[in-house]
Parts: sequence; structure tokens; C-alpha cells
Amino acid sequence: MKSEQQYIDLFTANRSLIDRGGAEIMNACREKALADFARQGFPSQKVERYKYTDVNAAFAPDYGVNLSRLEFAVNPYEAFRCDVPNLSTSLYFVVNDTFWEKSLPTATLPEGVAVCSLRQAAEAFPAQVAECYARLARTEKDSINALNTMLVQDGLFVYVPKGVAVERTIQIVNLLRADVDLMVNRRVLVVLEDGAQARLLFCDHAMDDRDFLTTQVVEVFAGENSNLELYELEETHVKNRRFSNMYVDLQRGSAVSLYNFTLHNGLTRNRTDVTLSGEGAEVGLYGGVIADKEQRVDNNTLIDHRAGHCTSRQLYKYVMDGRSVGAFAGRVLVRHGAQHTVSEERNANLCATSEARMYAQPMLEIYADDVKCSHGSTVGQLNEQALFYMQQRGISREEAQMLLKFAFAGEVIDAIVLEALRDRLRHLVEKRFRGELSRCSGCGLCK
Amino acid sequence: MLEIKDLHACINGKEILKGINLTVNAGEIHALMGQNGAGKSTLSNVLVGNPAYEVTHGSVTFNGKDLLAMKPEERAHEGLFLSFQQPVEIPGVSMVNFMRAAVNAKRKYKGLEPMGAGDFLKMMREKRKIVELDSKLANRSVNEGFSGGEKKRNEIFQMAMLEPTLSILDETDSGLDVDALRIVAEGFNKLRTPETSALVITHYQRLLDYLKPDVVHVLMDGRIVKTGGPDLAVEIEKRGFDWIKAEAEAD
Amino acid sequence: MKEKEIKKETVGNAEEKNRFVREVAQKKYEYGFTTDVQTEIIDRGLDEDVVRLISAKKEEPDWLLEFRLKAFNYWQTQQQPSWGHLTLPEIDYQAISYYADPTKGMKKDGPKSLDEIDPELMKTFDKLGIPLEERLALSGTAVDAVMDSVSVKTTFKEKLSERGIIFCSISEAVREYPDLVRQYLGSVVPYRDNYFAALNSAVFSDGSFVYIPKGVRCPMELSTYFRINARNTGQFERTLIVCDDGGYVSYLEGCTAPMRDENQLHAAIVEIVVNENAEVKYSTVQNWYPGDAEGKGGVLNLVTKRGHLRGANSKLSWTQVETGSAITWKYPSCILSGDNSQAEFYSVAVTNNYQQADTGTKMIHLGRNTKSTIISKGISAGKSQNSYRGLVRVAPRADGARNYSSCDSLLLGSDCGAHTFPYMDVRNDTAIVEHEATTSKISEEQLFYCNQRGIPTEEAVGLIVNGYAKDVINKLPMEFAVEAQKLLNVSLEGTVG
Repeated sequence: MKSEQQYIDLFTANRSLIDRGGAEIMNACREKALADFARQGFPSQKVERYKYTDVNAAFAPDYGVNLSRLEFAVNPYEAFRCDVPNLSTSLYFVVNDTFWEKSLPTATLPEGVAVCSLRQAAEAFPAQVAECYARLARTEKDSINALNTMLVQDGLFVYVPKGVAVERTIQIVNLLRADVDLMVNRRVLVVLEDGAQARLLFCDHAMDDRDFLTTQVVEVFAGENSNLELYELEETHVKNRRFSNMYVDLQRGSAVSLYNFTLHNGLTRNRTDVTLSGEGAEVGLYGGVIADKEQRVDNNTLIDHRAGHCTSRQLYKYVMDGRSVGAFAGRVLVRHGAQHTVSEERNANLCATSEARMYAQPMLEIYADDVKCSHGSTVGQLNEQALFYMQQRGISREEAQMLLKFAFAGEVIDAIVLEALRDRLRHLVEKRFRGELSRCSGCGLCK
Repeated sequence: MLEIKDLHACINGKEILKGINLTVNAGEIHALMGQNGAGKSTLSNVLVGNPAYEVTHGSVTFNGKDLLAMKPEERAHEGLFLSFQQPVEIPGVSMVNFMRAAVNAKRKYKGLEPMGAGDFLKMMREKRKIVELDSKLANRSVNEGFSGGEKKRNEIFQMAMLEPTLSILDETDSGLDVDALRIVAEGFNKLRTPETSALVITHYQRLLDYLKPDVVHVLMDGRIVKTGGPDLAVEIEKRGFDWIKAEAEAD
Repeated sequence: MKEKEIKKETVGNAEEKNRFVREVAQKKYEYGFTTDVQTEIIDRGLDEDVVRLISAKKEEPDWLLEFRLKAFNYWQTQQQPSWGHLTLPEIDYQAISYYADPTKGMKKDGPKSLDEIDPELMKTFDKLGIPLEERLALSGTAVDAVMDSVSVKTTFKEKLSERGIIFCSISEAVREYPDLVRQYLGSVVPYRDNYFAALNSAVFSDGSFVYIPKGVRCPMELSTYFRINARNTGQFERTLIVCDDGGYVSYLEGCTAPMRDENQLHAAIVEIVVNENAEVKYSTVQNWYPGDAEGKGGVLNLVTKRGHLRGANSKLSWTQVETGSAITWKYPSCILSGDNSQAEFYSVAVTNNYQQADTGTKMIHLGRNTKSTIISKGISAGKSQNSYRGLVRVAPRADGARNYSSCDSLLLGSDCGAHTFPYMDVRNDTAIVEHEATTSKISEEQLFYCNQRGIPTEEAVGLIVNGYAKDVINKLPMEFAVEAQKLLNVSLEGTVG
């Protein structure tokens, strides 16, 4: 049996249950999503954008799906401490796909700003949700989008109205929590109106020693002259499979920086599609990956320059150890008429063992002539001369290697604007290289 | 020879030149001094027709012809030469091919036959000596991998090849050590004739020691605020620009 | 009043550039004439009988017929690939004739002397600058001239055979050296390799065969000149080069075709075997008819080229200057099996009007301390699309493998496209693989610098483009370099060399 069928069957058998758990706006998109999913099926590795991840294998096992929205026993505040020292955040939790309402932070957000459950937002902000939901994450061309749209019941909504600046970092901790193997479908909608400013920090953790499969679809709307920093930090375990599709639309003069760090994981597939729709918009994508054992990390980006005078920068660095497999495919598309585009794409990778494997595929596709575009990609090892130099000064080879790896990854960390987070991440990365992960909630898998 | 009247120009919509009046006669050397941002390089770029600059008002005639109506290459054919402040590198294009294209384009403009390869190489050899330019440099790509001093020498070498009547030296002395400065300046002097003129843009007296200008102008905020003889440059070297600024503001 | 005029002047400069780009786009193809020669063409269409007929016409041994039939059967089960950044027109494989022989009337074993060649054919090759009379030939170059499906004449054959070098048409090689051909044919590019390789293996007509014996340095450049003439025919040439231990050969390939409204199909295979300490240089100047300014007609150039560096310390370099064809789909590749083997790929691809090119290379590192270099320069003008696509793979046991790739694209005009699709796949912790790419238009500063020195824009563009391509052109043998530079200027404009 093909792995698609179990999801189609699940959907058709439980349609009313699914609808009961979702909002009307979400329910209205399901039929089409089903048709799109059934038509496409899961992409094979012959499909260019899924070349490096075996989607079929990841979705083949049988997972539980919490369609009846049973409440899982958990107190995230007790179970989890992901505090970044010196960084006071407005802290929220999303357990699996459910926004944790029981103890919302006392710190108040500026007026009009919302951080809440997507399902509730559909009632509280019907206009915004209806306008934005599933607008960027089209179901016709990506079956993960289709599957997510078909099954999703809740997730997160972040809304910053016109001209409002949220000073305090909004931190969202995504917790995976279950007593059975679980599939989670989560949806995130981030809407920044013209001139709005915000900083979002997502931290992904798995609490239980279970197989998890997450599909997450994130849609980000950056209005004119808005400013967004969005950080994602994955520290899960080797039994986690993450499929995250993020879509970002930038209007005139807006600036968005996206950071994605995979510190510990099982299988991770991040797709990031950015559309520069208005002139003068700027986007930066920064990715850091540290992988060992059998871990797999596949970052796939598309920067679509539709308007002129826009700038895009990408920097992805991978440190591949053990038998891990890494992939980076970054496509920059400069459309006809998008003159004065500046685009830089850089990807550098370290293969630390002969069993680690790295695929790199930076792509430029350019249809406008007045552009400055470049990409560079390297796969290499630590500098032997530098290693020897350090050894001569009495540093052990292992320590020297660690220092060089740290310096290598440090370039991406340095791109982080938020100082406290930068320090914290340096600490986490160093720990990771030393073989200790900061805290993986006692699943016992990350030793 | 060159007559500039009430010239206004801007770059990226910002007005830099705000009414320049300047006349250079045949055989004269004019020095143009001023602080950074005064508009010196803008003036030289406008004169040779750099499309990045927009002339908004005024006129420039060169030997009686309307200079501003000409394309950059026509201005070159008419005898205008700019020694660039930062000469451009053109990878893969050898100096020989580059110069042959330039010399023959000018000859064509003058109604002459293109120069034969033998004669041309001979000319290259002779002119190279003027600035003591190594033959290896002449075989390299245009300005590629040249040191700062070599680039400037290469500019004067090209001047020798193209025999302009009015040369603009845009901070040709910047980045040169004493020996290189001497070579460049002496090279320039060797090329001088009673008919050739020059506009020398510089911050320093030391180049002027060699070139001996007839007239010295001080440019400030897009206008020529003071004009004098060679002594003026000496005085600026001693006292700086502030006293002139004070004078100009007092007016 | 004055102000207005000045403004117009700046606009004028831009207009002039546009005009130039337009002119470039309208440049005529010089080799578009046809030859009126008695040609035997078999009926259009492709089935098993046609494969048998081709084989029978060439009086081939059974093993070769079998090879063809296997390839044909495989081809029938496959579909035309669609992964290229190309819009391939629908190819009606049944509307093409798979065999055209312009030497009909000449003796079956090929002409013994020039008198036996149709004077019209002689004239054609003369006009193309490829004289078949040895005394007129480019000094030091032996030529195999192939028109449509048949080799017309190979020069300097006798002189080469004194050293044991075999240089002849592949048809002749099948007759004269069947064991050699059988040993190597399909050993580098198996018929199952891809759709067009399967098609070629089924219906390949002629091409060149080169064998360099152990320790022999070929004393002259070997060259094959390909010409499509007959209407509605496809050309399916097959070239096989074997360079034995310590041997050396430099091989050149040139191509032209007449101007025809329909697309002409060219699906070739080139296989190269390089043994221990041997070195092969393969240069191509591809100038098939690119179609007219509206994108009508032109050659579909769908080619599989691959070299196998089998021996230790072997070397292979591909140099290509691609200016022709409506569509180019080719990736001259290297399999670096021998330890310390070295491979190079140098490419200039120019596209104009509605031309499309998807070209690049594959470097497969299998042996230890293998080294590969990729230098690619794409130039797009008109409404053309120009893509670099390349793969660098390092296998787990290829310790010390090194690759350096540099891919630059230059855009002339705002209606064309320039794309770069490199793929890196590294499975070894001692490998170093580097890739860099840039895309830009001709720099305004460079143009202005030339203008200030009196060089008009049109000429300056020619200079700069030639300078840009120089790294690659310099890799070509002298005569070809001159030819390539000329072609570059013809494809883009008429400038000094």
C-alpha cells in the first residue's frame, strides 16, 4: 500500500471530527487540499525539491493523530525551562498543535497585538485570518502543504497591527508530548501590518521517547516597511521527523531576517520560500546545522525576486559528523524586470567523517540584466595546518577540532542580531560539539 | 580652449556642482584644489560625459564645440583625456588590444586609416618609455593586478598614446610614493606642448611642485570660491582651507 | 532648452546600447547555405526495420546489429527527459529520416582519391574552410569530414598509421578493427544511459574513431568536421577515442548546418577512454545553425559526451565554445577512476535570439587524489536562456579529491536569462570541493572607461566579452582559438580580435 492512502482514509473516515476541531476558515480549504494531495501523492526523490529527503519512508509508519483533541497531561512551565539568560521574553507554549492557554504570560503585549491559538483567531480576527490563511502555502504544488491543510486543526496566530513595535521578544516553545507515536499537524500564521516590528523565537523540543512526525506550515506576511526577526531553534531527538514549510511575503521596504538552527534532531526538512513582492525589501536567511549519528537535515530555499531594488542574503553552514546526511538546495530566482537586484548566497560545509554525506546545490536563475548575484558553496575539512599549530601550542587535537568547528559555525551565529540569544547559542553550540546537549527533557536519546 | 559657464550637475538627484565658471586656454595648466566632497571629481566626470552624472544647467564648450552634446568617445576623439582617480580593471582584455581599439577609433574619427600592427607596437614601445612602464604590464589585462602606482603610470602611458589636447588628472598623485610621483609627473611634463593644457585635481602641493600650474582654483561646495596664482597652492599647503572658507562666508 | 538636450544625451546612450543589442540579435548566420548533391535518403520514420536497414547499409557484423536493436528496444520504453531548463519543441521521431548519404555514387569503401568525391561536396568543405586536399589543409591537422550520416574523407590517414595511430570513420573502424570497436563501444556511455544515448546507439550513422597506441604522442591535431546538409534528417554521430597507456592526442570537433525552417535533430555520443599516464584534449567549436531571429528552425543539439579516466595519472580536458544550435543539451563529463587522474572542463556558451542552452559537466571522483577543474562562462543576449548545470560527486573512497568550479554569467539585454545549477555530492571527509558563481551585466564603469579612451560602446562590448571568455579560448589550439574568437564576434558583433 502506498503511504498516501492511510492519510486519505484517515481524512475521509474522520472528516466531521476533524472539522469539529478546526475553524470554519480551515475547514473550507480541506476538500481542495484532499484533491491536491490525492493527485500529487508524496513526492518521490525524482522531484527536484525533494531530491534529498525520502518523504514516503517518513510518512509510511502508522502514527496516532489526536483528531479528537484529547488533552495531554503536561505542565510546560514545570517540564520545561528554555530560558535564555538575560533575555526576558513573552513566553508562550504550543503543545503539539495546541496553544497552551492555561497560564498566559503576565507581561502584556502592546495594544492590538495578538499571540494566540489560530483556531480562536479565526473568530477574533476573521478578516485577517481569512485573507491570509493558505494564501501563500498553496496546496496545488506541494503535498506537504496539501496534507497539512487537509488535517490541521490548530496552531498559532501572531498579529502586529499597523505601526506597532513589539519591543519584547515573543518566544514560542513548541513541545512534542505524547504517550504513543504521534503525528502533529501545526499551522502558524504571522501577520505584520505596515510599519510593524516584531521578533519571534521558536524553540522546538520533544519531551517523550516516542516517534514524532510533524508537519508544520508557516505563513508570514510582512507589510510595507515592517521589520521582522524570526528565529527557529530545533533541539529534538533522533526519533523526531520534522517537515516544515515556511512561506514569507515581503512588501515594499520591509526587512525580514530568518534564522534556523538545527542543533539536534532526527530527520528535518525545512522548506523556506520567500517572495520579495515590493521594491526595496530585504531578506536574510541564516542557517546553522550540526548533525551526527544518522541525523538528516535538508534545507531547501527559494528566494523569488519579483520586484526591483531588493536584496537577499543567504548563509548556511553545516557541520556533518558520524553518518549524518546534509543537504542544502538554495534557488534564487530573479524575475524579468526585477532590476537592481542584489543577491548573495553562501553555503559552506564540513564533513568530519568519511561516512557523513553532504549535498549542496546553490542555484541562480536570472531573467533581469541589471543585477549583482553570486553564490558560493564549499565542502571541505578542518584546516590541517591550523590543527597542527594548535597542537604545537599544547591544545589536544580533539579540542583543536572543536575550536575550529566552533569557529566555522560561529559565522552564522554572529549573524544573530539579538545579543542574548547569540551568547546563548554560542553556549549551546559549544555544548553540542562537546557532546552534551543543553536539555532534551530527559528523553534519554541524545546522549 | 575649454569654457565652462554656470555649470550645475547632480548625481542620484543630489546637486554637487552649483555653478562652475572656468576657462582654460591653450598651453595653460590649472590646478583645482579643495576638500573631499567639494565636487572636484564630479567636475572631471561631467566634463568627460560619465552617464552617472546629470547636468542640470549651464554650458561647456571645447574648442568652440558644445562638449555636453557629444558622446564620451567623441569627447575623447576631440582631445579630452581623463586620468581616472580609480582606473577600471577589464579582465581578459590586453592593454595592446585595448589601446589599438582606442587609437584606431580616434584615427577613424579623424578620417585616417587604421594603424598597422607593426607601427602600432613600435608606438607602444616608445610611449612606454615615457613613464618607464614595464613591457610585461603592457601585455597584461587592462589594469588587472596592477598596483596603485602602476595603474596611475598606466593612465599617463595611455595619455601618451592618445595625445590629448586637454588632460584632466584626477588625484593622480594619490597613493603614489615619491619615486612613482616623480615618474608620473616627469612623464606628464615630457608630453606637454605649447598647445596642450591640463586640469590638475589634487589635495597636495607636491604634485604641483613638478607640474607648475599657471592658475590655482579652490573649489568649495560646488563652486569656485577663490582663484589665484601658484602661490595660492603654497598657502593652502601651509594654512589649510579653513581661512578660505571663512573668507567665502564673509563675502 | 539646454537642459533638455543634455537629458536626451544620457538617454541616447542607453538607446545606443539597445540598438546594439538589437543589432547583435539580428546578426546573420554565415554557414547557412545548402549543398546540391545527390543524396540517398531512406524513408522517414523509425522502427526495427530501419535499424536493421542502417546496419545492413553499413554491412555491419551481427554483434553490432544486436547492440543497435537492444538500444532501440530500450529507447522505446523510455521518455524524453524534461529536467533541463529548456523548452524542447515536440520532436516527431517518425518525421525524421535516420540515414542520409551524400556520397552515393562514390565507391562503397569511401573515396580512394579526391577525384571520386563529388566536386559539390569538395566545394562545400572548402567554403567552410575545411579543405580536404591535404596540401591545402591547416598545417598539422588531420581531418575527418562527416556530412549527414557518412564520413566523406579522412585526411593524413596514411601518415598517422605509420605510428600505429588509427584515425578513420567509425564505419570503417567497425570493418577494419572490429575487436577494438567491440571492446570499447558503449563502455563509457552505455545505451541505457539516457534517452538520447539510447536513440543514438540504435541509429548512429558515422563519426570518428581514434586509437592512440601505447606511448605514442599523436604528432598532429586530429579533427572531425560535422555538417548537416540533407533536409529532414537527423545526425547521429558516434565518436570513440581510445588513448592507451602514455599516449597523447588533441582532438578538435567543428559543426555547421544549413539554414532550414524546421528543426534538425543532432543526437551524438562521444566516448573517450584514457588509460594510464595518457592524456586527451577534446575541443569543440559548435556552430550549428541556431535558428532565425524569430526562433524558427535551428539544430537541436542533444549530445552525450563522456570520458573515462581509467588509468592512474591520466588526464582529460574538455574545452567547448558553443555559439550555435537552437537548443543545446550537453554535459561533457569525466569519470575519474584512476588514482591521481585530472580532468578539466572549460566552456564558453553564447546564446542569442531564442536560443536555449543547458550545458555543463559532471565530474565523478572515484580514484584517490583526483582533481577536477570547471570553468564556465555563459553569455546571454536577445531573448535567449543560458544555463550551466554541473555535478561534482566525490565517492567515499576518493580520498584527497579536489574540485574547483567557477561559473560566471554575463547578461546583455534585459530579455534574456542566465542560470546556474551546480550540484555537489560529497561523501568523503578528505575531499575539498569549491564552487563559486556570479551573474552580472557588463559593468557600466568598464564601458565608460573604454568610451573615455575613444572606443565606441559597440566595440567596447566586443572587447569586454572577448576578454571575459579569454580563459577558455586560451585553452583551445591556435587555429581553433582564432576561429572561436571570430565566432564569438560574429555571434555578438563585429569587433577587433
